[in-house]
Amino acid sequence: MISSLTAEKLACTRGDRRLFDGLSFRVSAGQALAVEGANGAGKTSLLRMIAGFLAPAAGRLVLKSAQAEITDAEERGKSVGWLGHHDGLKPQLTVREQLDFFARLYGRAPDASALERVGLARQAELPCRYLSAGQRRRLALARLLVSERPLWLLDEPFAALDTAGQGLIAQLMARHCGHGGIIIAATHDPLGLGNESLKL
Amino acid sequence: MSSFGTLLLRDLRLAARSGGGAALALSFFALVATLVPLGVGADLKLLARVAGGVLWVAAVLSALLSLDRLFQGDFEDGSLEVIALSPLALEMVALAKILAHWLSTGLPLTLLSPLLALLFNLDVAPTLTLFLSLLIGTPAVSAVGAIGASLTLSLKRGGLILPLIILPLLAPVVIFGAGAVALVLDGMSGGGALGLLAAFAFGAVLLSPFAAAASVRLNLGG
Repeated sequence: MISSLTAEKLACTRGDRRLFDGLSFRVSAGQALAVEGANGAGKTSLLRMIAGFLAPAAGRLVLKSAQAEITDAEERGKSVGWLGHHDGLKPQLTVREQLDFFARLYGRAPDASALERVGLARQAELPCRYLSAGQRRRLALARLLVSERPLWLLDEPFAALDTAGQGLIAQLMARHCGHGGIIIAATHDPLGLGNESLKL
Repeated sequence: MSSFGTLLLRDLRLAARSGGGAALALSFFALVATLVPLGVGADLKLLARVAGGVLWVAAVLSALLSLDRLFQGDFEDGSLEVIALSPLALEMVALAKILAHWLSTGLPLTLLSPLLALLFNLDVAPTLTLFLSLLIGTPAVSAVGAIGASLTLSLKRGGLILPLIILPLLAPVVIFGAGAVALVLDGMSGGGALGLLAAFAFGAVLLSPFAAAASVRLNLGG
């Protein structure tokens, strides 16, 4: 289990534009951090940096666990549960096939209860192309649950969700933090977790 | 099942369900192989002489039809990010995708080739050589294609640039593959050409996952 994620004087450059500079923060186990800012401020870039997709122009990220201090981006990625702009779902696969694929890919046993937790148990045998945008988001959330990763990086987690869906994700996030996980979410909406926020 | 097997199985399932993979490649291969004898005419000796080259070029072009989607679909719908964060190394991800492409495209093309060889009046020995050359060489097409597919990943209409990148790299495959058939037609052994083809294919399958993974990493960062 990880104990904290620390960013030290991070800088991000896209093309010839510097999005942010000297960015430092620390998020401990059980905490959530909402990353706020205008469109193009670098919220998604920060999440991609933490996931290890994007290298910082300056500064470093340190993931601490009881055993080690991880600075390598690829190693850090192995702790990340990712919910990006796109849901990462294939229209040709059924809801169950999709979830089983991700569970096995992440070395976990398929867990049908994850579908019940996101309210998609009745759609288990339905191809993903028949799901609404909100249902697709719920399935992406179920994927997060089965990945069992301690560090959740969420890009606009409430996008496309109805009120019930938003309540569900708030509940899942609270539960994740309650179990000692860390959440960093780029969002325009409040997370409702009594969390810290970071303005870009 | 391992993460590698899981990804391989999913890609094979997607290829079977999306309808644009093996069926399209096989249809294109069969159509080209049918049209060439109609265009060349009834000169049976000439047909047999050009068979190796024509069928090899047709096989490469057929395989190209689905190569641009090797990483593109996963990149566009966000799956690639989730796959990249899995315990499976990106090099193994690339290898699984190469293997899935070969199983869904290269292998069916190879299995169809003896039937199409009949249209070119090929005897048993050159037909067998053609079959063996495709069996050995088509994995190289998928492997080299994976490099091109990963390089054009974030480009709009990258599928149009892909052939320009990989066709020159596939020249040795066509030369050795068609050359083996020509040698057998001349009464010589095609073993040497098949050996060179195998060496090229081995090198391509061994090295391309590293090149493709490096390119995918760059595109994910972009």
